Amino acid sequence: MKKTKINEAHYILKGKMVEFCGWDLPVQYSGVNTEHMAVRTTGGIFDVSHMGEVWFRGREALKAVQHIISNDASKLQPGRIQYAGLLTESGCFVDDLLVYMMKENEYLLVVNAANIEKDFQWMKKHAARFDVLVENRSEEYSQIAVQGPTAEKLVQEFAEIDLKPMGYYHFAQGRVQGMDAIVSRTGYTGEDGFEIYFKSDAAAASKLFLDLAGKGEKYDALPAGLGARDTLRLEAKMALYGNDIDDSHTVLEADLGWILKLKKEEPFIGQEALLRQKQEGIRRKLVGFELVDQGIARHGYPITVQGREFGAVTSGTFAPFLRRAIGLAYLPLEHSAIGSEFQVGIREKTVTAKVVETPFYKRNK
Amino acid sequence: MAKENLLYSKDHEWVLSAGGAVTIGVTDYAQHELGDVVFVDLPAAGKQLKKGDPAANIESVKAVSDVYAPVTGAITEVNAKLGANPELVNQDPFGEGWIFKMSVNQASELEELMDLKKYEEYLKGIAGE
Repeated sequence: MKKTKINEAHYILKGKMVEFCGWDLPVQYSGVNTEHMAVRTTGGIFDVSHMGEVWFRGREALKAVQHIISNDASKLQPGRIQYAGLLTESGCFVDDLLVYMMKENEYLLVVNAANIEKDFQWMKKHAARFDVLVENRSEEYSQIAVQGPTAEKLVQEFAEIDLKPMGYYHFAQGRVQGMDAIVSRTGYTGEDGFEIYFKSDAAAASKLFLDLAGKGEKYDALPAGLGARDTLRLEAKMALYGNDIDDSHTVLEADLGWILKLKKEEPFIGQEALLRQKQEGIRRKLVGFELVDQGIARHGYPITVQGREFGAVTSGTFAPFLRRAIGLAYLPLEHSAIGSEFQVGIREKTVTAKVVETPFYKRNK
Repeated sequence: MAKENLLYSKDHEWVLSAGGAVTIGVTDYAQHELGDVVFVDLPAAGKQLKKGDPAANIESVKAVSDVYAPVTGAITEVNAKLGANPELVNQDPFGEGWIFKMSVNQASELEELMDLKKYEEYLKGIAGE
């Protein structure tokens, strides 16, 4: 099993370790509910070093990035970030990612842990005709996410970058605990927060994590694991690759039309299929639901719409902050309106769910 | 509740046997492994179960797990308090967090359960894996 450079810290903090995408990572420390509530009300500190970092550098870096992503990277300036899809020819997802514009002719693409090798091969193949160097530097980088209302104050104690003026989806480079780092105002929780990317040995990486956790006590911020990461992102309706988005559902079906820039100058992979689908219209759509009846609908539980089987729950959980059973699912378009009811099979029972507005949770800004 | 008076299953349930009926809950080890319990799906009173049948489901934030009938019999009572307060399973697994009661058709089935000493050895075996 692979270990992040922060691994030792998880054992010191008595994390409950599990295998995730081949990595030895904590599912929780003090408990999923506690950690989830900490992020919503104070702060949480996550090791997300398993995420992948791929660099595009060279004269045609922008053209290459534009060719492979759905969003319009030409709108970026140095220090800005975009969320985008890495798409197949049919407009479905190879992965979802963040694009950081480091400077002219240099971009950092941050991808999901489970997809690093697949994405890297895909990127190299489709960037081959451009004058660009594509490098997978995932092994070099550690990443810590600090999320929640106190994140700015906590990270500021370690970062030699003024965080206050930094906007959402902006980043800066500077030193964090003496190490060169990229600090971005991003996250996967629906809260304000930062993600810190840095290169170091295991001792320094573990030390930074432990020091953040130690200093976090002052703010009631807690180390948090994969369990809370999943419930937090679902409350905020942030898609998870492999669950809610994959290579068999298009960007339009996933209701992520805002990351599609169908008119951008550089044609991109999946564009034609999506233009066609936009004209013809979609037949199914990813929606948020909550259970009307008691129970918890989880990933993979079968869905029935008016007596007809229709796929399965893509993500589902008990939402610790909202105190309700929520989830995501693809429904036939004609049954996807807010308030529409459908059934979910929970073991031998069938319970009723209804489509609700998303995100389920939205923070007060 | 005195833990030495209880019987234990390999699925980490405790069983209190008294007067031809049993009360069933999950052990401290089980509630710890489950994490925060958010919903307990209880069986209907009167439901007939064979030993080993799933009787109730405990849903935590992380996962769902079955609670099995430790003996053959019928459900006589369920802990209605768990409807509004499922977290009792975490807070007081051996007391207020009990799950259901059953009648016992064959008392000999109880002999297949472990006593506290054996259960503690069993837990040590798990920890050593």
